This record gives sequence, structure tokens and C-alpha cells, in this order.
Amino acid sequence: MANETASARVRPQFRNLGLAQIRTYRLPPAGIVSILHRVSGVLLFLALPLLLWLFELSLKTESTYERLRTTAGNVVVKLMLLALIWAILHHFVAGIRYLVLDLHIGIAKEPARKSALLVLAVSLPLALLVGLRMFGVL
Amino acid sequence: MAIGAKRLVVGAHYGLRDWLAQRLTAVILAAYALFFAVYVAIVLSTKGALGYDEWAGMFVPVWSKVLTLIAIFALLYHAWIGMRDVWMDYVRPTGIRLGLSLLTILWLVFCAVWSAQILWSV
Repeated sequence: MANETASARVRPQFRNLGLAQIRTYRLPPAGIVSILHRVSGVLLFLALPLLLWLFELSLKTESTYERLRTTAGNVVVKLMLLALIWAILHHFVAGIRYLVLDLHIGIAKEPARKSALLVLAVSLPLALLVGLRMFGVL
Repeated sequence: MAIGAKRLVVGAHYGLRDWLAQRLTAVILAAYALFFAVYVAIVLSTKGALGYDEWAGMFVPVWSKVLTLIAIFALLYHAWIGMRDVWMDYVRPTGIRLGLSLLTILWLVFCAVWSAQILWSV
């Protein structure tokens, strides 16, 4: 090896990423957006029955609609809904980024890094804004 | 499909179809989200508020039911491809993977029927 000194520093190796290694694995922004896209998608899939049930309650009768409003006032329910709203926002914004990337727009390293940061810069403050409104701060 | 002079690629060729379907359903969902935001804005500005009557009233016209159902079907198909990818990536034993895939399909079909029933009872 020509570069013996540089390789002397022990660098972590990740071949088949295990659960124990996740903490020490540093993902680039695009990787973070990618795994959050997956996590938010699975979350929304798992929440489908809850969402459909809420949709049904909201439409059935005026009394079920009012019951839904009362239930949605509960702090725990609010937090769950906020998590789902974040999931929708992230999945939506990151999804638009993927559709644009699929059109071969911004696929070079630097623009792709910037658009990944942009996704987080849009979805996280929007979720925060919704959260602040939900809890009556705004 | 032949790639180059010698290499022959065989398979079911469903990869590209599913990849494309995932994108098309995503576009449908994004379009519906925009439509729905405009729809809510119109109802809010004409009726002044969004109580039970206005909210349920949004789903009374047949075109609204049909558009919503199309969006829900797109969502369920989109979710199927995504969950199939997740099972393929993280679940290795074939039996468990197939079982989970089957449960996912049954569940999504159930959701499709349920959502149609919700919409058409308004």
C-alpha cells in the first residue's frame, strides 16, 4: 500500500449494517432523508386503520364528528396525530425530491446533498408549526 | 431481454412495472393533495366555516367520492409496493416474507372495501 500512514488510523467498517452499529453509522443528509422516507411510509401504513377509522367517525353523524373532536383534544392523541402529520409531510416533500431525481434533475453529488437538506428544512419546520398550533402556542 | 451480444436477462420483468406504478401513484396522490387543499379553501371561503355539515358535504357529490376513492386506491397500491420492498429488504425467511406479503395484500384490500363503504354512506 502506498498510503500506509493514512490507513493506520482505524476507521469503522460497515459491511452488513447491524442494529448495534446504527448509532455509530453517520449517514449523509440524503441517507437520512431516505431512511426517514421509509420510516414515515411504514408508519403511515401501520396507521391506516386508525386514519380510516377517524375518517369514518368524521363523516358518519354529527355526534361521531363531535366525539372525534373531543378525542383529538387528548394530549396523547394529539402527539400521535402530530407524528402522523410529520410522516405525511416528510413522505410528501421527500417524495417530490425523488420524482425530480427520477427526471435526472439534480442528481450530481452536491445538488443532491442540498436538496436533501432542503427536504428536512421544509418538512421539519412545517411539522413544528403544526405542532405549535395543535398545542395552542400559535 | 438481451444486453449486449451474449448476456441474456431473464425474469418476470415486474421490477420496472412496479417502479413505474409507485411513481404514477405518487403523482396521483400529490395531485389529489393539491386538489383537496384547494377544495377545502373554496368551501371555507364560500361557507365561512368547516363544521360537520360542510365537511360531510364535501363528500356528497359523486365526482368527489370517485376522485377520493381513486386517490385511496392509488395510496393502497403505493403502500403495497413500499411494504413489499420493506419485507424483501428486511425479512429473509421465504415463508415469513410470503406470509407478511399475503397479510399486507389482504389488509390493503380490506381497507379498499372499507373506504368505499365509508365514502358511499355519506
